[in-house]
Amino acid sequence: MNARRFAQQIALAAAPALLAGCVDSQSVLNPQSGEAHDLARLFWIFTTVCSLVWVLVVAALLTLLLRRRRPDSTPETDNLEQQSRKTAVVAGLVALTAVILVLFTLGSFYTTRGLIAPGPHPLLIKVTGAQWWWQVEYEDSDPTQVFSTANEIHIPVGRPVTFDLEATDVIHSFWAPNLMGKQDLIPGHRNSLTLTADKPGEYRGQCAEFCGLQHSHMAFLVVAQTPAEFWAWRQAQLKPAAPPASGQQALGQHLFVEGSCATCHTISGAGAGGKTGPDLTHFGSRSTIAAGLMANTPSNLAAWIKDPQELKPGVNMPQVPLSDHDRGAIVAYLEALK
Amino acid sequence: MTIQTEPPRDSSFDDAVLDQRLTEVWGTKPTLWGWLTTVDHKLIGRRYIVTAIFFLFLGGIAALVMRLQLGGPNAHIVGPDTYNQLFTMHGSTMMFLFAVPVMETIGVFLVPLMIGTRNVAFPRLNAFSYWVYLFGGLMLWTAFFLNSGPDAGWFSYVPLAGPQYGIGKRSDIWAQMITYTELSGLAVAVEIIVTVFKMRAPGMTLDRIPLFVWAALVTAFMIIFAMPAVMVSSTMLILDRLVGTHFFNWAEGGDVLLWQHLFWFFGHPEVYFIFIPATGLISSMIPAFTRREIFGYPALVLSLIATGFLSFGLWVHHMFVTGLPRLGESFFTASSMAVAIPSGIQIFCWIASMWDAKLRLRTPLLFVFGFIINFVIGGLTGVMVASVPIDTQVHDTYFIVAHLHYVLIGGAVFPLLGAIYYWFPKVYGRLLNERLGQLNFWLAMVGFNLTFFPMHLLGLMGMPRRIYTYQPEMGWGPMNLLATVGALIFFASFLLLLFNIVSSLRSRTPATDNPWEAGTLEWATGSPPPPYNFARIPVVSGREPLWDRPNSLPVVTGLRVDRRELLVSTLVDAKPDMLLGSPRPTIWPFAAAMVTSVTLLASIFTPWAVVWGALPIAIVFTGWFWPTGVKEEE
Amino acid sequence: MRTEMVGDVAGLDTSGYGPRTLTWWGTLAFMSLEGMGFALAAGAYLYLMSHAQRWPLNAPLPNYWPGTVVAILLVASAPLNHLLSNWARAKDLKKVRIGLVLMSLLGIAPLIVRCFEFPALHVGWDTNAYGSALWFLLGLHTTHILTDVVDTLVLTGAMFSKHGANPHRFADVTDNAFYWDFVILTWLPIYGLIYWVPRLT
Repeated sequence: MNARRFAQQIALAAAPALLAGCVDSQSVLNPQSGEAHDLARLFWIFTTVCSLVWVLVVAALLTLLLRRRRPDSTPETDNLEQQSRKTAVVAGLVALTAVILVLFTLGSFYTTRGLIAPGPHPLLIKVTGAQWWWQVEYEDSDPTQVFSTANEIHIPVGRPVTFDLEATDVIHSFWAPNLMGKQDLIPGHRNSLTLTADKPGEYRGQCAEFCGLQHSHMAFLVVAQTPAEFWAWRQAQLKPAAPPASGQQALGQHLFVEGSCATCHTISGAGAGGKTGPDLTHFGSRSTIAAGLMANTPSNLAAWIKDPQELKPGVNMPQVPLSDHDRGAIVAYLEALK
Repeated sequence: MTIQTEPPRDSSFDDAVLDQRLTEVWGTKPTLWGWLTTVDHKLIGRRYIVTAIFFLFLGGIAALVMRLQLGGPNAHIVGPDTYNQLFTMHGSTMMFLFAVPVMETIGVFLVPLMIGTRNVAFPRLNAFSYWVYLFGGLMLWTAFFLNSGPDAGWFSYVPLAGPQYGIGKRSDIWAQMITYTELSGLAVAVEIIVTVFKMRAPGMTLDRIPLFVWAALVTAFMIIFAMPAVMVSSTMLILDRLVGTHFFNWAEGGDVLLWQHLFWFFGHPEVYFIFIPATGLISSMIPAFTRREIFGYPALVLSLIATGFLSFGLWVHHMFVTGLPRLGESFFTASSMAVAIPSGIQIFCWIASMWDAKLRLRTPLLFVFGFIINFVIGGLTGVMVASVPIDTQVHDTYFIVAHLHYVLIGGAVFPLLGAIYYWFPKVYGRLLNERLGQLNFWLAMVGFNLTFFPMHLLGLMGMPRRIYTYQPEMGWGPMNLLATVGALIFFASFLLLLFNIVSSLRSRTPATDNPWEAGTLEWATGSPPPPYNFARIPVVSGREPLWDRPNSLPVVTGLRVDRRELLVSTLVDAKPDMLLGSPRPTIWPFAAAMVTSVTLLASIFTPWAVVWGALPIAIVFTGWFWPTGVKEEE
Repeated sequence: MRTEMVGDVAGLDTSGYGPRTLTWWGTLAFMSLEGMGFALAAGAYLYLMSHAQRWPLNAPLPNYWPGTVVAILLVASAPLNHLLSNWARAKDLKKVRIGLVLMSLLGIAPLIVRCFEFPALHVGWDTNAYGSALWFLLGLHTTHILTDVVDTLVLTGAMFSKHGANPHRFADVTDNAFYWDFVILTWLPIYGLIYWVPRLT
């Protein structure tokens, strides 16, 4: 870290006002769906009341400090009048506490009830958590309309989306704070989460339940689009992978399919059908690599393939020995899979 | 019974001779053998507290390394594997090796003194408990330094900690550490309950029991009913890992959430094992600085009991995002909110106690103020996370990290620090330096808040817990840097405490018996107390017995001085009932702890260890309980 | 501090039974925490059952005969257990010695039957979660019989030694009898859970 960056960080730390604007694509404080707005409203009500209670407690402490009498060592007792006055005040405060807590409980209850009210006709997306990436399957009663992707979820704005949440290895938790609270993905259990995005935008999410070595790097992107854009994206995703457009890409495809890559990854239409790693059919259309670890650029991808363990220690993707030339061909091929 | 010659009793000796006779009978020899065989609750309590504070420093250093790693984005001070071990060690150490033991064993030291007796009810069990605890803690940290530290979190969720994903012996070490600490914790709970029930000084009826003793009693009951849950679940985990049972294997009819239910059925009350004694410390310190009895004694006692009960109905609030039925979750929201009421009552009573008082602003009282200011923040964020909708956002984020540290540090470590300043002269016979104490307070206050307040914001800004690093574009760097600076300051405050302790121990000025002019019985005896605690057993007629009659302590006589003898009283009204012998120093508890510990350790590697270990365990326990015909058995 | 004598306790009893003593309360406390362990193990069994499609999971029903014999043996030992406790209170050394020998035998007998009970579960601990839960419950209870039998044997040895005629030893016998009641009582719900609950569903 250089000195300028350090100074900048100090400045930022000293200016909380700037924080709200810092990063808001993964933040509780920037709700972008009806559900997240409800949660944020409840949060601010609680925060306001609680802050007030704290201020009153501290004010009471300061007052009693100011009113303290000169110490001497003789023990004394409150007289009856003091006793009964204190008793009345304490009883009143306890009653007030109880009232606040009852109101809080009711507020929570009605907010929860609002959130689980079934919306009409949701889009169904199955999200499966695995160490350390997200498998995303768009479900449909028509099997030709079903497709898979990974780590990047496109949703239409204005329409409820239900995520069916499952896990195959350990517990994960699906959390995109701008859109909704989190929900765990638990092996042997099925959970779901429904939300409706307000407006187009890119929202980041991240695994929130500790899931092992790379829990830190298990992010995903939710891309909320207009219904028309979403429709177009969906049509593109339903297509098989684009055929190689150059000799280099053709070599890349050959190396991918015949080499060890295809044991774990699927590229539909190209003959690679591995299921343990992310589906790469439209890899080139995604904006990040390795569950949000890096931007999807050719040089990042090359570095990733060269040594995944260096960039994401513990990741299940092995280091595959390849010449620079061959690796370049695979990168060219994958990046062309739009 | 055979007729004997009348044994010598304390009624026939003057004070000087009595001290000599009782010291002969109750004393511990200053040799290694004496050290290993002692059953004196003060020596065991003291070494228990010192060991717990040693583990506090180890856990604190683990936290500091984590804070350095998180001080900036993409840092490389430690890798993910070490980081995961560090936060697991930090949590496990702070909960199982520091907080719960330190709070329980302040009770081991103080309870007999506060209720006017000479030892705990089962002194050998007490010694056994310490050794088992020590061996368990050493095993955990040795494993860590051999790169076998547990790495699945202090909560050890399956399947991550299960046979398939928990590599090596790491999770077995964790699960077995639980067995050690629970064994010792349960043993102390049993002895505290029986001590408080049956060994109170004559006249110490239920409504005159010091509030810290009440808190220790309530905690002991909670431990008895909560700790078995983690014993059961950690045993199931070991069995799943070692002999292939399927309790948590969902493919064979087991269930992943069973672990969470059992763990949190223990884990939530556990927070109150730490917090309730801390409130007892607060209630017991305040009168010395206000010069009058605590306000609302009955309300405070009922609050302790109510908190104890309610804490068993809260566990599901750790599981709000696991997909349990929503209606059931609403019940747990209500119960989690309700537990704020007894805490509120306590806060209001403490403020009322200090209102219009002749306040002495000394270090322990400063920590009482710090406690209220910080704990109320933790309590209020607790009310926030009790709400299911809010919890779905902040659960498993740094908001929770902030919340739990405000509750545990604000609610328990600040009272503990105050208690160290308050009772240090009783334990070691030297007062701690007051100016350093005040500096210690301010440093702790600033460091603590600087560390943990920004974490609320980090959580809201989307930072999950238990991540070993984050990318610069997340924007979490500045707040994290602030927290790291705070952590260094907070750590410095503990170094200052250590310095204060060391320099005060070297001071030549002994503390008086009652330096704070307090009213409870522990101040009626020497600083430090003699091995027999009280030369004659005090009689109590109020809540602050030493304030009732200045300069004179009513006592009963008639206890034998040729053996370790205790006065046993009736449960409710504390009437003298029996005179019972109390065990002498013995090596059996140490031997039993050794054999038990070796067996438990070996059972990590083979289930047969339990079979082989059964015989030596049977032998040492038979040795322990075999009558020897000493006077104490008459 | 000056002391002021307000009473003398020299004449108090130096031994006693039941709730007057420390050991009785200690025994009760240990029974409470172990009882909690039993309750939680039973709760785990019921939890797994409530999440299963069928119960038992992929295993035949257990043979209830060995468990029933253990239940009969345990219940049958209760009257003698109480007689023994009364003899100890009456400080009748001869009867206590005989009673302890008999209670040792009545403790060993169910242990022998237990050896046949584990195979009669008709499921391994590693077959599935149902098997694990059964073995866990049965194992937990067996540990309790075993520890109490060892305790009874040691106590029998002590009563035959020169230390036998001591009021504290008699109190130990009553506390041991108290604990044996706990061993009997905890078996009954576990017995129902292992053998009869699967037959009800």
